[in-house]
Amino acid sequence: MNLTLYVWRQKNADDKGRMETYQANDISSHMSFLEMLDVVNERLLTDGIEPIAFDHDCREGICGMCSLVINGNPHGPEKGTTVCQLHMRHFKDGDKIYIEPWRAKAFPVIKDLIVDRSAFDRIMQAGGFVSVNTGGTPDANAIPIPKENADTAMDAAQCIGCGACVAACKNASAMLFLAAKVSQYAYLPQGQAERTERVKNMLTQMDLEGFGNCTNFYECEAVCPKEISVKFIAKLNREFLRATVKKP
Amino acid sequence: MTNNQPLGFSKASVGKKVLMAITGISVIGFLTAHLIGNLQLFVGQDQLNSYAETLQNMVAAKWMFRSVILILFAIHIWKGIVLWLENRKARPVSYMKDVTLEASVASRTMFWTGALILSFVVYHLLHFTMITTNPEYANLPLDNGRFDVYSMVILGFQNYTISAVYFIALSLMAFHLSHAISSVFQTFGLTKPTILPKLKIVSNLIALIFFIGYVSMPIAVLLNIISLPTGGNL
Repeated sequence: MNLTLYVWRQKNADDKGRMETYQANDISSHMSFLEMLDVVNERLLTDGIEPIAFDHDCREGICGMCSLVINGNPHGPEKGTTVCQLHMRHFKDGDKIYIEPWRAKAFPVIKDLIVDRSAFDRIMQAGGFVSVNTGGTPDANAIPIPKENADTAMDAAQCIGCGACVAACKNASAMLFLAAKVSQYAYLPQGQAERTERVKNMLTQMDLEGFGNCTNFYECEAVCPKEISVKFIAKLNREFLRATVKKP
Repeated sequence: MTNNQPLGFSKASVGKKVLMAITGISVIGFLTAHLIGNLQLFVGQDQLNSYAETLQNMVAAKWMFRSVILILFAIHIWKGIVLWLENRKARPVSYMKDVTLEASVASRTMFWTGALILSFVVYHLLHFTMITTNPEYANLPLDNGRFDVYSMVILGFQNYTISAVYFIALSLMAFHLSHAISSVFQTFGLTKPTILPKLKIVSNLIALIFFIGYVSMPIAVLLNIISLPTGGNL
């Protein structure tokens, strides 16, 4: 198939950036979207043009590195799919495809389609962990956990931290990411000791990073490649209210 | 590592959301009481005017109530503006291709419908409470020694332009409420995936009930279902 690509090109963080048009001809429908970009980049190199910079790593849909907004959809048009798992068969010959980076003040563009997502790391450093003393590995099932809680915690822990929720939110809010990270511990006994401080500290860090506020659009849930539910935002709100009334 | 002091309740994003919800519920409470009070228009002149007189005579309670609702309304507006400004700042460069998958039009226009509702509230107060926009209402003959609220409302709504303003404003209010009511439940964490879609329907229905309730008054006047006690214009 032959495609027309409109790609965001930006030399560095200081550059203003602009959309450039490229022809992607003879693209196989079996390719993944990133493989299509690889082919385009090979051709750009041959033509002496700087290849398009984009983030990627595992290409298995689990690392959370790929981050492209395709025709206005973070991770493209397929539900519950990362860009690396999106295949060209979902496009048709002659399609015009807009490729843009995640757009958020807290995710500044480093180059072309690559954004700096270290704000997420700082949110995790503010409380997205469980402090444990070092020592021998505890026995499996030494701490009984109700199946329902373990399942819910695992649903939250599916978050790969890609930032599509921020990219999709009309307010560029990171609330779904934060909600997943707070919830994955709140449902487990291991998370109880630091439960109150965790929500306060992580929320504070998120707000200081310059993400927007959640106003219940639910765009995040619609684009999340791991289909994290907004029920975790409801859980986060409960955690915050609990932490507010609870004495430290 | 980060060592920031946790933000205070009203500064934290979830705190602001909770404040919007609490003050919003209070305004909904006021809207309910105001609607029940006003619907006495359908009972008759004596009922509405004696209700209005009772309210006016409870001076201390009236001003206390007005102050509380004013403060709550002010917090709602203030936090609404803060949220809007912060949210705009959070995405300095917008998308060339912008797609909306889930967010309702009501949810995306909360700030603007809110701003228009506020300007309507100002007009409404100038119109019926302070009678600044239509000072002729002050010349209405007294009804058994009481100010004739009943005739004032009918006179007001007999004017097509005024009724149109009320109709538009009430539509915007219903639109604003349709997102607000379901949001309150999410903000307090009282939702789950199975109820959320139903909650959106219930939210729309409640908003519709408010709309029908309020708009029934100008419509009843325009359709002559309710008319001036003298049977015509004063």
